[in-house]
Amino acid sequence: MSVLVFADAAHGKIVKATHEAICYGKAIADKMGSSVTVLTYGNVDQSALEGLGAFGASKVLVHRGIEHVDDEVMTKLLAETAGSENAKVIVFAFDTSGKSIAPRLSARLKAGLVAGATTIPEIDGAKFTIKKNVFSGKAIAKFEVETEQKIISLLPNSIPVTNDGGSASVEELNTPVDQGRISVQEFKAEGGDGIPLPEAELVVSAGRGLKGPENWGIVEDLANELGAATACSRPVADIGWRPHHEHVGQTGVAIRPNLYIAAGISGAIQHLAGVNGSKTIVVINTDPEAPFFKAADYGIVGDAFEVLPRLTEAVKKFKSAN
Amino acid sequence: MKILVCISKAPDTTTKISFTDNDTKFNEDKVQFIVNPYDEWYALVRGIELKEATGGTVTTITVGGADHDPIIRKALAIGADGAVRVNAANSDAFFVADQIANYAKANGFDLVLTGKETINYNGSQVGAMVAELMNLPYVSIASKLDIDGSNAKIERDVQGGVEVVTGSLPMVISCAKGMAEQRIPNMRGIMAARTKPLEVVEPSESANLTKVVGYELPAEKGAVKMIDPENMGELVSLLHNEAKVI
Ligand SMILES: Cc1cc2nc3c(=O)[nH]c(=O)nc-3n(C[C@H](O)[C@H](O)[C@H](O)COP(=O)(O)OP(=O)(O)OC[C@H]3O[C@@H](n4cnc5c(N)ncnc54)[C@H](O)[C@@H]3O)c2cc1C
Ligand SMILES: Nc1ncnc2c1ncn2[C@@H]1O[C@H](COP(=O)(O)O)[C@@H](O)[C@H]1O
Repeated sequence: MSVLVFADAAHGKIVKATHEAICYGKAIADKMGSSVTVLTYGNVDQSALEGLGAFGASKVLVHRGIEHVDDEVMTKLLAETAGSENAKVIVFAFDTSGKSIAPRLSARLKAGLVAGATTIPEIDGAKFTIKKNVFSGKAIAKFEVETEQKIISLLPNSIPVTNDGGSASVEELNTPVDQGRISVQEFKAEGGDGIPLPEAELVVSAGRGLKGPENWGIVEDLANELGAATACSRPVADIGWRPHHEHVGQTGVAIRPNLYIAAGISGAIQHLAGVNGSKTIVVINTDPEAPFFKAADYGIVGDAFEVLPRLTEAVKKFKSAN
Repeated sequence: MKILVCISKAPDTTTKISFTDNDTKFNEDKVQFIVNPYDEWYALVRGIELKEATGGTVTTITVGGADHDPIIRKALAIGADGAVRVNAANSDAFFVADQIANYAKANGFDLVLTGKETINYNGSQVGAMVAELMNLPYVSIASKLDIDGSNAKIERDVQGGVEVVTGSLPMVISCAKGMAEQRIPNMRGIMAARTKPLEVVEPSESANLTKVVGYELPAEKGAVKMIDPENMGELVSLLHNEAKVI
C-alpha cells in the first residue's frame, strides 16, 4: 500500500507547493503505516528527483516521455499507477495542474476529492475527516470521505515543509502514452525573473492609494529589499497600472504568505478573501477608518509615499546589522 | 453552436457568514444570493457573445432546488435562451458534475462552460469532472476563448504564466477573469426572461463521494497593533522578533 503524490514539473522545476504535498503525503502515510510514491514527468534532474526523499518520498516514478501536463494523459497514467502501487490516497498541490487533474481523476476512480485541504486527515478506519476553507476564507468546512480511494489537493502554505536530507529511489516509467487532445501553442511567462506570487513568502502589495503606475518604484524598492513579490488590488490591475497576474483577491489570485504588506488598499471584503490566510498582515493607510485595519496585525496610519521609503530604509539597516 | 453554461448560486460576496443547526448548516437568513460571479461575468457572457457572433443557442444548467430559480431568471435576463434546473440538492461536486454530464450527453452540446470556481466552496472541480464523465477535453482557468468553426483557441492561466492552447470542439472550459466584461441586464431582457423556458428535470441516479459534516469560523485576529509612522525601525523589529516573519 502507498500514498501517491503527483509532482508537477512544469519547465523542469518542482516547486514548493509540491514539496508541501509530499510532506503532507508522508504525514498520511505515517498514520496509515505505508510509504510515499511520487509520480512526475519530464526533464527534472536525477539529483532533484532523489532529493524528493528529503520531504518524505520513498520512491519516485518519472515518465521522461511526457514533456507537458495534459490532464487526460496524466489522469490515465495516475489511475494506472494508483492501481499498480495500490495507492488508497492520492495527493496533489491545489495549484493550476492540481485543479485540472485531481477532479478528473476523482470522477474516473469515483474517489472522493477534498480540493484545497488545509489539515492532515483524521483517520478512523476507512473514514477521513479533512478541513478546507470555504466562503473564500471566511469559514472552514469539515469534509468526510469514505470512498475506498481518496484524493486530496493541498492548499499551498498550509503545512510546514520539513526536510530531513533523505534520498528516494528513482524509477523510469515507459508506459506508452497517448497524445493529448489539447495542444500547447505557446507559453507566455509572466512576472519576469521575480518571485512568482503564489510561491512567495513575503508580499508587498499596493492599491489605488498609490495614485498612478509611475509611483510603483517605492513598492518595488521595498519588495527588492525584503526579497518579496509584488501584488496589487483589483482596480489597479483593471485600469492597467499593474499586470493582471498581480491582482489578488476573490477574483484574482488567493495567497497565504508569511507576511503581507498592504499600502493604499482599503481592505474591501473581496480583497481580503484573497489574502486573509496570510500569517502576518501590515496595513499602511492614510485613513484610520480603513476597513483593512480590522484584519491587520500591525497598522500604520500614514502616507504610503513617506512610510514605504522609510520602511525600506529600516529593512536595509536591519539587514546590514544582522 | 449549442452552448451549455453551468450556473451556480452563491451568497453575495459581502455576506457575513454564520451557521445554524449546531454548525452543520449555512445560515441563509437575510442572505442575498447572486449568480456565482465567475459563472455570470465570464462563462455566461462569453457564451452569449459567441452565440451572437456565430448563431446557435445558450442554455444554462443548474443543479439545485426551487430556491435557485431567481438566479436562473437573472441568467436568462442577461441573455441565455433557455434554462434547465436539475431538481436536487447540490451537496457534492461529483453528484453535480454527474447530473450536468448526463444532461449534456443526452442533449448534445458543442461547448460546456463553467466558472473557475464557486465562491462558496472554492473547489474548482465540477468542470474537470464533467469533462471526464463526458470523455471530453478540458481547459481550466481560461482567460480568453475564440472559436473558428470547430476549432477553439484558448488562453489559460498556468503556473508562472499564460498558455495558448488549441483543440477541437466539443470541449469543456472553465472561465476566469479576462474572458468577457460583466453585462447588466436591461429592462427588455428582464421582461423577456419571464417567458423564457425554465425546464425542471428530476436527477439521474448518482452518488455523493464526499459530505460536509460541520463548519467553523476562523480564529479571530487579535487587536491590531498601531505603529508610529515615523518609527519603521520598530515595525521591522516586531516583524523579526514578535511575528518572526523576517
Ligand atoms: C464581486 C467582486 C469581486 C471583487 N474582487 C476583487 C479582488 O479579487 N481583489 C480586489 O482587490 N478587489 C476586488 N473587488 C473590488 C473591491 O470591492 C474594491 O473595490 C477594491 O479592492 C478597492 O481597491 P483599492 O483598495 O486599491 O482602492 P480604494 O478602495 O479606492 O482604496 C484606496 C485606499 O488608499 C488609501 N489611500 C489613499 N491615498 C493614500 C496614501 N497616500 N497613502 C496610503 N493610503 C492611501 C485610501 O484611504 C483608501 O483606503 C471586487 C468587487 C466585487 C464586487
Ligand atoms: N450546483 C451547480 N449547478 C450548476 N453548475 C455548478 C454547480 N456547482 C458548480 N457548478 C459549476 O462548476 C463551477 C466550479 O464549481 P466548484 O467545483 O464548486 O468550484 C462553477 O463555477 C459552476 O460553473
